[in-house]
Amino acid sequence: MEIFELTVHELHEKLKKKELSSVEATEAMLGRIEATDGKVNAFITVCNEEALESAREADKRIAEGRMDILTGIPIALKDIFLTKGIRTTCASRMLGNFIPPYDATAWIKLKERGAVLLGKLNQDEFAMGSSCESSAFGTTRNPWNQECIPGGSSGGSAAAIAAQQAAATLGTDTGGSIRQPASHCGCVGLKPTYGRVSRYGVIAYASSLDQVGPMTRDVRDAAIMLGAVAGHDPLDSTSVERPVPDYLGSLLPDVKGLKIGLPKEYYIEGLDPDVKKAMELAIETYRGMGAEFIDISLPYTDYAVACYYLIATAEASSNLARYDGVRFGHRSGKAGSLIEMMSRSRDEGFGAEVKRRIMLGTYALSSGYYDAYYLKAQKVRTLIMQEFLKAFEKVDVILTPVAPTPAFKIGEKTSDPLQMYLSDIFTIPVNLAGTCGLSVPAGMSSDGLPIGLQLIGRPFGEEAIIRAGYAFEQATEWHKKKATI
Amino acid sequence: MKYQPVIGLEVHVQLKTSTKIFCGCSTQFGASPNSQTCPVCLGLPGALPVLNKKVVEFAIKAGLATHCTIAPRSVFARKNYFYPDLPKGYQISQYELPICEHGHLDIEVEGVGKRIGITRIHMEEDAGKLVHSDVPGLGSGSGVDLNRACTPLLEIVSEPDIRTADEAVAYLKKLHQIVVYLGICDGNMEEGSFRCDANVSVMPVGSDKFGTRTETKNVNSFRFVKQAIEYEIERQIEVNEEGGKIHQETRLFDPDSGTTRSMRGKEDAHDYRYFPDPDLVPLVISNDWIEDTRLALPELPEAKLARYQEELGLSLYDAEVLTASRQLAEYYEGILASGSQAKIAANWVMGEVTRGLNDNGLDIEQCPVSPEVLAELLALIDKGTISNKIAKTVFDEMWKSGKRPEEIVAEKGLVQVSDTGEIEKIIDEIMAANMGQVEEFRGGKEKVFGFFVGQVMRASKGKANPAVVNDLLLSKLKG
Repeated sequence: MEIFELTVHELHEKLKKKELSSVEATEAMLGRIEATDGKVNAFITVCNEEALESAREADKRIAEGRMDILTGIPIALKDIFLTKGIRTTCASRMLGNFIPPYDATAWIKLKERGAVLLGKLNQDEFAMGSSCESSAFGTTRNPWNQECIPGGSSGGSAAAIAAQQAAATLGTDTGGSIRQPASHCGCVGLKPTYGRVSRYGVIAYASSLDQVGPMTRDVRDAAIMLGAVAGHDPLDSTSVERPVPDYLGSLLPDVKGLKIGLPKEYYIEGLDPDVKKAMELAIETYRGMGAEFIDISLPYTDYAVACYYLIATAEASSNLARYDGVRFGHRSGKAGSLIEMMSRSRDEGFGAEVKRRIMLGTYALSSGYYDAYYLKAQKVRTLIMQEFLKAFEKVDVILTPVAPTPAFKIGEKTSDPLQMYLSDIFTIPVNLAGTCGLSVPAGMSSDGLPIGLQLIGRPFGEEAIIRAGYAFEQATEWHKKKATI
Repeated sequence: MKYQPVIGLEVHVQLKTSTKIFCGCSTQFGASPNSQTCPVCLGLPGALPVLNKKVVEFAIKAGLATHCTIAPRSVFARKNYFYPDLPKGYQISQYELPICEHGHLDIEVEGVGKRIGITRIHMEEDAGKLVHSDVPGLGSGSGVDLNRACTPLLEIVSEPDIRTADEAVAYLKKLHQIVVYLGICDGNMEEGSFRCDANVSVMPVGSDKFGTRTETKNVNSFRFVKQAIEYEIERQIEVNEEGGKIHQETRLFDPDSGTTRSMRGKEDAHDYRYFPDPDLVPLVISNDWIEDTRLALPELPEAKLARYQEELGLSLYDAEVLTASRQLAEYYEGILASGSQAKIAANWVMGEVTRGLNDNGLDIEQCPVSPEVLAELLALIDKGTISNKIAKTVFDEMWKSGKRPEEIVAEKGLVQVSDTGEIEKIIDEIMAANMGQVEEFRGGKEKVFGFFVGQVMRASKGKANPAVVNDLLLSKLKG
């Protein structure tokens, strides 16, 4: 097996046994990026020198016996995480030359453990999109079929795993941005409970929904990465003061008696037949392992997409106001007056989808419309949260598809934003409810594209979905399938 | 037609915390541009606010001191607008659920008392400032200094209960006195630590329907507030009399001309698109926190004024002078704490101390004579060691040299002579040298007694105890 194909825990074993050095692992990854990224375009920035420097540090640390599970492991970050001294663009022309003066907390936590940063990954601009097509740095291509989208917004983070360009990556998930690309690229993606991981230094899209999470080759790696980044951060008031469990302790291939809920609103007419088949197989697999299935109903699911596009865009319209050309980022050279400078800088710096969402959100918050749109959406959100909590009185986890279809073709939905928005229909409710969700490879379409299943847990119930996901993985081979580039 | 003005005030109070409201940067005034900034107050991507607990404590204090209800749960909201001095493109403030509501202040104008309602008090962050000239390296451009960005403010909004410019000034002075007493604001109006926007309208006398109001911004002295309001009342009456219409607008006060001018009309008013800030969790204040803060409140001017009259027996005038500022009152109380008598201490503070401060252009905090040391001087008078007159000389010396009164008295030999033997000796000599006057006294001309007292005091260089001199002289003259 090639070095770049190894999981985080496999790499760790080899580093520990000195069968491999971090420099060798990092070189292998950088070589793989060099060889494949022309086709995939997962990276916006590759940090060759910095990566090798950190790898040498890591090797020193290993030699001195100060090794952590992530020491020397080559990883990559969505370009939404601020990295001190390393360009951070959020895939926007607005931040095309932005070199942050500080690090995101999640990155600091990985760095302190000795992880090696290979580079910064492509995404939808400001995390607004489901396909990576809104990036100012070109579309990332699905490693399984380069005519297809990798999903989004953390498309680069998923594609880099599928193309074996990094052992693990971090993404962010606001409405499905980790789970949907993970499903489309055949990797594992974990969206933790809101407040589980610090958002400090993560460029904000929709503050009440954004959450950081890992994207990996298997569930064990996801548990390792989550354990590394989770926890309270005094710099993020919304991060929760709650001990971080040992997620590795949940890696038990045992789901006997586990109560799995099947919400009827997620198994609808019009679900892609391949997705439907994958879900039926998954249910059979779990049943075979002794899990118990319970039919449930989450009737507010129908309102989730509308609710999301009011709340997320409202918050985004305010979050993105700071990009005005005054202190950092793109400043128009053509402006005469102050107002003109600000509006031209924004006009030139933002792409079409970002502008669309800023306008939507500005409208939703405007005087006279606030009650009808933003306030009502918040009320619906509360109802969605409550209906999840009610469901979890009866079941331990909820099993659903991640996306209604496998990855679609590049360009297929760019002219129809509504169709694009609907591709997140099964993932959005989890963000609105503020709870956790895990995407695990669960099948292949007739066209050879991966299909994922989604396990939804109760708030701070990551251990339950990790356990259920791990059990499924142990019983199946889907996560071992590899894209050929 | 006669018109009735209606006035409401919005006051911005800059809080005296050492760090900013949502980050750890210093709030020190006057540092070099942008030297007190960090990712949070610069509004960098990814930065998040964390609430400074001290700001909440100060807001609770202000609320309690103005008889407000403290909300057990309040919410921060974003006020969205674009301006180069506003780094995030929104100001974090409070909107629907402020920390304090339903308070009041009692004022007095020309002996008539009145209660002014306080609608609400909320916390918010300040913006930075633009520098339009003399920016090194910028030529003719404008610079943005974000040192002030994110410094904590309270906005205190009154009910439209005020009817005259004098009432407005009385309300502002009272509020100013309270926030300074509370130690939550330095009260410096020139540096903008206490600034006021005035909402003014007029309606025909007898009407109960308020006229259209204008808002005059950033009036930063009591005198300007009076000028601005009076000008605005007069202007609005004039417009009405001429059959014109008052427009709802924001106006700017020009201190040079004492007038106001239109800044922006209603049609240009911002839609701030307020919504709860998702980066900050709702602020929950426990009853214990409120009660602990209440217990820790300093004695407020109103209570002090009453106590000085009732318990210390001071006149209303003396009590008002001494409670005018917390610092002066604390100075005065420092003297009392060292055992001096209330009335004597009051006379000294209002007399010698105030004169010394005025002559030297000092504030009470800068007074070179500490209350404890002044109390030592007063004790010397009380014990009869020195006379009141000598004490004033000693005080001047204390002011100049910083020495303690005992030291000065000893060094200069100013101890009052109460030793009867010594005084008798002086009296005998003076009587011997002035036998003529002695005879006159004995002959019934008692007026010459004063002459003898003066002679004895002069001979003793003022140190003889006047009471002892009186007694001895009288018995000796009577023979």
